[in-house]
Amino acid sequence: MTWFLDHVDDVLSLAAQHIYLAGLPLLLGLLIALPLGWLARRYRGLYAPFTAGFGLLYTIPSLALFILLPGILGTRILDRNNVLVAMTIYTVALLVRTVADALAAVPADVNQSATAMGYTRLRRFFAVELPLAVPVISAGMRVAAVSNVSIVSVAAIIGIPQLGLLFTDGFRRSFYDPIIVGIAACIVLALLFDLVIIGITRVLTPWQRAAGSAA
Amino acid sequence: MIVFDGVTKRYPDGTVAVDDLSLVAPTGKITVLVGPSGCGKTTSLRMVNRMIEPTSGTITLDGRDTARMKESDLRRGMGYVIQHAGLFPHRTVLENVGTVPRLLGWDRKKTDSRARELLERVGLPEAFASRYPSQLSGGQQQRVGVARALAADPPVMLMDEPFSAVDPVVREQLQDEFLRLQGELGKTILFVTHDIDEAIKLGDQVAVLRVGGVLAQLADPAYLLAHPVDDFVADFVGRDRGYRALSFQPTPRLPLRPERTLLLGETPAGVAQDWALVVDDENRPLGWIEPRRVEGAIRTEMLHRGGTVAPASGPLRAALDAALSSPSRRGVIVDDSGSLVGTVRAHEVLNAIEEAARPEVENPANPGASAP
Repeated sequence: MTWFLDHVDDVLSLAAQHIYLAGLPLLLGLLIALPLGWLARRYRGLYAPFTAGFGLLYTIPSLALFILLPGILGTRILDRNNVLVAMTIYTVALLVRTVADALAAVPADVNQSATAMGYTRLRRFFAVELPLAVPVISAGMRVAAVSNVSIVSVAAIIGIPQLGLLFTDGFRRSFYDPIIVGIAACIVLALLFDLVIIGITRVLTPWQRAAGSAA
Repeated sequence: MIVFDGVTKRYPDGTVAVDDLSLVAPTGKITVLVGPSGCGKTTSLRMVNRMIEPTSGTITLDGRDTARMKESDLRRGMGYVIQHAGLFPHRTVLENVGTVPRLLGWDRKKTDSRARELLERVGLPEAFASRYPSQLSGGQQQRVGVARALAADPPVMLMDEPFSAVDPVVREQLQDEFLRLQGELGKTILFVTHDIDEAIKLGDQVAVLRVGGVLAQLADPAYLLAHPVDDFVADFVGRDRGYRALSFQPTPRLPLRPERTLLLGETPAGVAQDWALVVDDENRPLGWIEPRRVEGAIRTEMLHRGGTVAPASGPLRAALDAALSSPSRRGVIVDDSGSLVGTVRAHEVLNAIEEAARPEVENPANPGASAP
C-alpha cells in the first residue's frame, strides 16, 4: 500500500496510457467490424468465411503480433501504433460475428415494413437495423473491452508503457507490490470500460427499459 | 386505380407463384385477394410496391408503369400494413406513425401534429404517443400500424393480413373501424387475407385465387356467394353461404309487433306473457325475463342476455339472427339510436327473405367473367 501511495502519479499515468491503448482500438474495431458484419449478414455466402476467418485472428499470439507488425507496417518497434493496430485486430476478430448476428436478430417483419415504407437500404441500416442491433453489439463490446484491457499489458515486454510495465518491473525486482497494484488497476479499468459501455447502451436504448415495464 | 396486366412471377427453381394475373383494383374501393396458402396473394401484393419484381407483365398505378418508378418513391406513396404491424420497437408510437412523413422530408412539428391527428383517428388515446410498441397490446399495435400507413395520406393502401394475428373480438372491432375509416377516406385498397369471411365483409370486390397463383373468380361479395364460378370457389366460399349472403340484403319492411316492456326495478306481477322485454329509461333493450319466475323487483342479474339485437335498417342476416337467438323466439329490432322498435318472429323474417329478389346474374353463361 505504501508503494502504491508513493507511486500514485506513475500508476495513474500508466493507467491513462492503458485506457488509450485498449479503448481507442475498441472504437476503431467497431467501425471496421460494422461494414464487415453487415456484408456477412447481407451475402449469405460470406457469413461462414467472414465469421470464421476474422475469428481466427484472435488466436494469433499478441506478442507475435507486436513483434511482426513493425515489419508489416514499416513502423518502429517502440511505436505505440503497433499496439493500437494489434488491439484493433483483436477487437475486429471478436466483433464481426457479433455484428452479423446482431443484424440477423432484427425481426424480419420490422425490416420488411421499413423497406415497404420506402427506406433505402443504407438509410434502413442506420435508422432501423443498427439501433435495434445495439444491445447485442454492446454485449460483444463488453467482452472485447475486457479482452483488450488484459491483452494490452503484454505490450510491456516490448517496452510500450501502460499498466503491464508494473508486472515486468515487479518480476525483474522480485517485488510483488507493483504486480498486485497492476492487477487491481486492470480490474478497475475493466470495470470502468464495462460501466461506460453499459451507460452508453442505456442512453441508446430507452425502448428496452420500456419493454421491461410493459403493462 | 391499380391494374395488373398479365402479371406472372416465376422463381428460378421453376415455381410459379402468380400465373398471368390480370386484375383491376378500382380507385377508392377495397379489392380483397383471398385464397388458400400458396395461391400467390401476398406475392401479388408485394409486386405492387416492388418488394418482389414480376417476371413478366406490367402493373400500372393510375396509368403509370410501376416498373419505371423509383422504388423508394413508389413505396412512400403507398401505405403498407402487415400481420404483426411490423412497428419499429425502438421508436415511440408517435415516431412510428411519423415515419413516412419524415422520409418525405416534413419537419418535426408538422409530422408530430399529423401523427397525433392520426392516432386520434384510429381511436388511440393521446397518452399512447410517447409509449413504445412493446407496451401496447396486439390490437393497439395494429391500430398504430394503420395510422402509420395513413400518415402521408397515400392514395393507395396495401394490407397483408393486417387483422389475422389478433383475437376474434378485437379483429371484428378493427374490421368495423377499418370500414368506417375507409368510408371517410376512400383509399384504393388492396387487401390480402386467407379468411373468406373477412374478404366478404370488407371487400367491395373479392378476387379468389387458387394454388399456383391463378385467378379463379373476381366479383362483388354478394355475387360471389350467390354464383361461385366452379367447385373450388364454391368450396372455398364455404357451406353456409346462403345464410351469409343475407348480410348483403337490406331488410325490407318487416311486420313488427309491439312488445310489452318492463323497467329495471319494476315488479312484473300480473304480466301474463311467458317472456317480457326489459328496457332502460330510453327504451333501449336490456334483456328478457320470465315474469312468472320473478318475485319482487326486476334486477339486472335476472336478465337473459342471449338474444342479439338487429337494427331496423338491416341487413336481413341480423334480423334473422335476432329471432333465432332470442329466448322468447321474438327477435328484437331497434332503430339507429338503439331504441326498441318492435319484435319479429323467425318465420316472418324468412317470408321477407323469400319475397326479396335474389341478386341478379349479370352474365349467366359465365358469371365469373361479368365482374367489374
